[in-house]
Amino acid sequence: MKITFDWLKDHLKTSLKEKNLLEQLTNIGLEVESVESLSTDNELFKVAEIIKIEKHPNADRLKVCDVNVGEKEFKKVVCGAANAKEGLLTVYAPPGAIIPKTNTKLVVAKIRGVTSYGMLCSESELNLSDESDGITELPKKFKKNIGKNYFSKSKSKLIDLSITPNRPDCLGVRGIARDLAASGFGKLVNLKKKKIHTKNKQTLKIKINKEKEQGCNAFGSCLITNVKNSQSPKWLKDKLISVGQKPISAIVDVTNYVMLDINRPLHAYDVDKIEKGIIVRNSKFGEEFTALDNKNYKLDSGMCVISDNKGVLGLGGIIGGTRSGTEFNTKNILLESAYFEPGSIRNTAKKLNLDTDAKFRFERGIDPLSIEEGLNKAAKLIKEICGGEISKIDIQKKETFKTKKIIFDPNIFEKISGFKISSKEMIKILEDLGFGVKKHKKGFKLVIPSWRPDISQEVDIVEELVRITGYDKIKFIDPIKHRKKSTLNKYQKLFHFLQRSVASKGYLEAITWSFTDKRYNDHFRDTKKEIKIINPISMELGVLRNSIFSNLIMYMNKNLDRGFKDLSIFEIGPIFNGSNPGEQNTVVCGLSAGKKSRLSWIEKDRNVDVFDVKRDVIQTLVEAGYNSEKFLIDNDTPTYYHPGKSGRLFLNNKKDHIVGYFGEIHPTILKQIDMKTESLVGFEIFMDNLKLAEKTLNDQKAKFSFSDYQKSERDFAFIVNKDVNAQDLIDSISTVDESLVKDIKVFDVYEGDNIPENQKSIAINVTIQSSERTLNEDDLEKINNLIIQTVENKTGAKIRS
Amino acid sequence: MSDLKKIKNEFLSKLQGKLDISEINQIKSDLFGKSGLISTQFKKIGTIAESEKKKFASDLNIIKDELQDLINSKINKFKSAEINKRLEQEKIDITLPERSFVRGKIHPVSQTIDEISSIFSEIGFSVEEGPDVETEYNNFTALNTPENHPARDMHDTFYLDEKKQKLLRTHTSPVQIRTMLKDKPPFKIIAPGRTYRSDSDQTHSPMFHQVEGLHIDENINMGHLKGCLNYFIKEFFEVDKIKMRFRPSHFPFTEPSAEVDIGYEMKDGKILIGEGNQWLEILGCGMVHPNVLKNVKLDSKKFQGYAFGIGIDRLAMLKYGINDLRAFFDCDYRWLNHFGFDPLDVPTNYRGLSR
Repeated sequence: MKITFDWLKDHLKTSLKEKNLLEQLTNIGLEVESVESLSTDNELFKVAEIIKIEKHPNADRLKVCDVNVGEKEFKKVVCGAANAKEGLLTVYAPPGAIIPKTNTKLVVAKIRGVTSYGMLCSESELNLSDESDGITELPKKFKKNIGKNYFSKSKSKLIDLSITPNRPDCLGVRGIARDLAASGFGKLVNLKKKKIHTKNKQTLKIKINKEKEQGCNAFGSCLITNVKNSQSPKWLKDKLISVGQKPISAIVDVTNYVMLDINRPLHAYDVDKIEKGIIVRNSKFGEEFTALDNKNYKLDSGMCVISDNKGVLGLGGIIGGTRSGTEFNTKNILLESAYFEPGSIRNTAKKLNLDTDAKFRFERGIDPLSIEEGLNKAAKLIKEICGGEISKIDIQKKETFKTKKIIFDPNIFEKISGFKISSKEMIKILEDLGFGVKKHKKGFKLVIPSWRPDISQEVDIVEELVRITGYDKIKFIDPIKHRKKSTLNKYQKLFHFLQRSVASKGYLEAITWSFTDKRYNDHFRDTKKEIKIINPISMELGVLRNSIFSNLIMYMNKNLDRGFKDLSIFEIGPIFNGSNPGEQNTVVCGLSAGKKSRLSWIEKDRNVDVFDVKRDVIQTLVEAGYNSEKFLIDNDTPTYYHPGKSGRLFLNNKKDHIVGYFGEIHPTILKQIDMKTESLVGFEIFMDNLKLAEKTLNDQKAKFSFSDYQKSERDFAFIVNKDVNAQDLIDSISTVDESLVKDIKVFDVYEGDNIPENQKSIAINVTIQSSERTLNEDDLEKINNLIIQTVENKTGAKIRS
Repeated sequence: MSDLKKIKNEFLSKLQGKLDISEINQIKSDLFGKSGLISTQFKKIGTIAESEKKKFASDLNIIKDELQDLINSKINKFKSAEINKRLEQEKIDITLPERSFVRGKIHPVSQTIDEISSIFSEIGFSVEEGPDVETEYNNFTALNTPENHPARDMHDTFYLDEKKQKLLRTHTSPVQIRTMLKDKPPFKIIAPGRTYRSDSDQTHSPMFHQVEGLHIDENINMGHLKGCLNYFIKEFFEVDKIKMRFRPSHFPFTEPSAEVDIGYEMKDGKILIGEGNQWLEILGCGMVHPNVLKNVKLDSKKFQGYAFGIGIDRLAMLKYGINDLRAFFDCDYRWLNHFGFDPLDVPTNYRGLSR
């Protein structure tokens, strides 16, 4: 909502300054979004008179004019306007002036060999109207103004307010003035209610159809006959221009002025273009009309239209049509002042993707009792400017507006705001805001002003009172440092732990969007359902991600393109399994590309590999408190991993929940997304599948005990078939005697010379220690043999002699 | 000359000569080995007459010590010469680079969430979460924003179905609804998380982060709200004083509603919070609307309280001098590395939020 202090002063008597105004507006909830000074160069434009005209020596259509601009010497100006004639009063722009329409700066220029000092301006060039045929013609009374500024000095700045959707009343200057006055910023000027006194009847028949979901509640109108539409007088033009509106014609300007002034949208029809009467009804599917924005609209059924016998004239409360629009030659007009249902307006405007000043106001709720006031005000002004006779006002109604009443208990004010004001203050504020206030046994009985659709219960009254009193009156009550409940639950603690644990392993944390490119998503979707966004920002962000890999790999690729070769990134966040709330899982997903120790003088470089990510996953889980001795790993992984170089991890051998995957990303994917790196490995940890221990970490720990008896280490080398897993050997050894076998390490895996084909050698180091005594050679020999026997029996291995 | 004296003189003169380590070891063994000259003399003690025994033993020990000390000092000289020689050879160029290491980082948004949680933890808030996909009811209707409410225009919503029943939450406020439906009052929660609006330009990203706050009890009023936010802002920006302005605004789910500005000034291209005469809007808040309480079946005559919503990304930008919102989600290695935090820097109360 754009206003100026000058316009506000039509409604507000105040001695306060503009600076105070800006502060006060914000303090009462009418946020000042911006303040603009209007073009300061306007004072260069002068009222001038053409004294003498000569033909241009080199051009038929051009004239060379001597212009009196109030200085000693006349200015020579070259002009092409047909209406330029001696004695004409017009507007002169000197060199240096900026022409408002084109935003260009005038310079002294030679036009076809004749020097022109400045320019005579058309109304269009001055942004006064669309009139571009010829230069501005000023009335005789301007003769005394020759040499003076054409534009009156408007010191008032353009103030743009951000009005919240609950305050339609402040979409008119008067509403803003009322709020300001209530807050002590001046006094609201009483408007004299001027009724129209006339015997003329409103003869055009108006009918609101009785039908379901009729969007029009009331339709007020009056006729003004025998008008002479024209340019608006200067005061009206200036007023509209001061808030950034463009003057069009007196009739349209008056309706706009009334709308901006008291938030009462109006519409003017050329009566002679209406067939018989007006019918307000629901549209039929497929009906069409051309609106004042010169666009053709095809309507759905059930939109509230103003129509006549021939069809649709306009969309009620949104936009009028060209067929019945007023023009300069319009003789007889019908002024409409109606009430349209906010919901109906909104639906229609949304479907047609239409936004107008009227729509913006009606969808927020217009004062239903302003119908007559609007007609009176506008009709009087039109008559003043355009002449003609005004008819009586006709109001067709579907239902009568009932004022709302609330019983307000003043104690609620302190209960909610935390501070006190007296009943007297409350009454003053409410009355200033237009409320009817009566004493009641429970406090006050309030009559809600008809322009405040936002107020319906006691708490709304509290807001009015706090707002006008000032939010700075609210006390600061310091918070109490007391915690009844733990801040994070176990799941949240685990989230934070995993996040920092993974980062501590050299991964940079990324946060990427929850949506992604379908093409990337498809690579990692596995068997999950694709979840489309109905109205995505772009096709590249069209689906919810089924895996974090889709985004991570895309950004990894971008970073590789930036020239970074060895990089680890991760994200912890949601992936989606379905489009219902809750069909999402939290995943920790990491990616590592390139090499370790690239260009190192001391270490040999190598590609990152699956055992790097396996370590990261296992170390993270161990740090988080899970027992790696119980982990079960197999190679059943989704298709986006390298089938031979990836693993699946469970917390235990029950295999009930997959806790994670890790491995090389499938080479085909790398090829398809054109990724250039020596190696790309990744992992996923599914947080929701990580069992949360009921006991604390402390309670999970066994009693602290250790053995000081001598340890022995024994090395074994087994020959096994290639398809036997190292884990099988480890598992067999660990079952031999849990009280003696303390540690098992695989220290060599070998295939090739001296080993039969399809077999491999696995070398294992076993630490043996008793917690009861020192083992002698016999004991060790016994356990040695037992280990060999067990492994051979269980895995088909042969000890290598 | 006694045997002892002879031995002593002979070996002292031998040890005067230029000897290598093996020759010295040989001498050592000749004297002190199992059948060495000195060892043999010790064995003789038993056979000597009582009258001479004492002197003999004493002389022998003196000679033994003298020879032994000399030999040991010779050996030690050799040893230290040997070590010194090795050290001479082992000198390296210590300016060569160390073995490579990689450093992981925590994203500034995650760090900021932890900072926020840490502050609110002190004053008794616990953390709640809700799903990213929400129902139209939880996101709007339950929050007193019925269909056709103009306030819905401010939320450009991503929908997941044609009927517009399922959507990506446009704010974290639905967590209020979920929490109040699930538990019993009093409620004192914050809910950080991802939020979505179909808006994308320099200052808007289709995904961003918010933290919701909710405190409902029997007598919570606007003074508590003001005190709580004042405490939070001061703690978050780690400044002694803060300039704060509450001004009336409108949100369908709170009444009265307020927007909060903080004072700042620009100094050398950097933003200073808490000084100056400029105002910066940082959050929206208000007293939870009775209609919202009704929707979660709470008696609004008995319970009341406040709610607030803060943009996390914006807080992070202000505190850490980040200019472009979109860079948060661009995953540029250089940016993550520059603005990220060491994983060991966990914001805590006792150590402070940041270093």
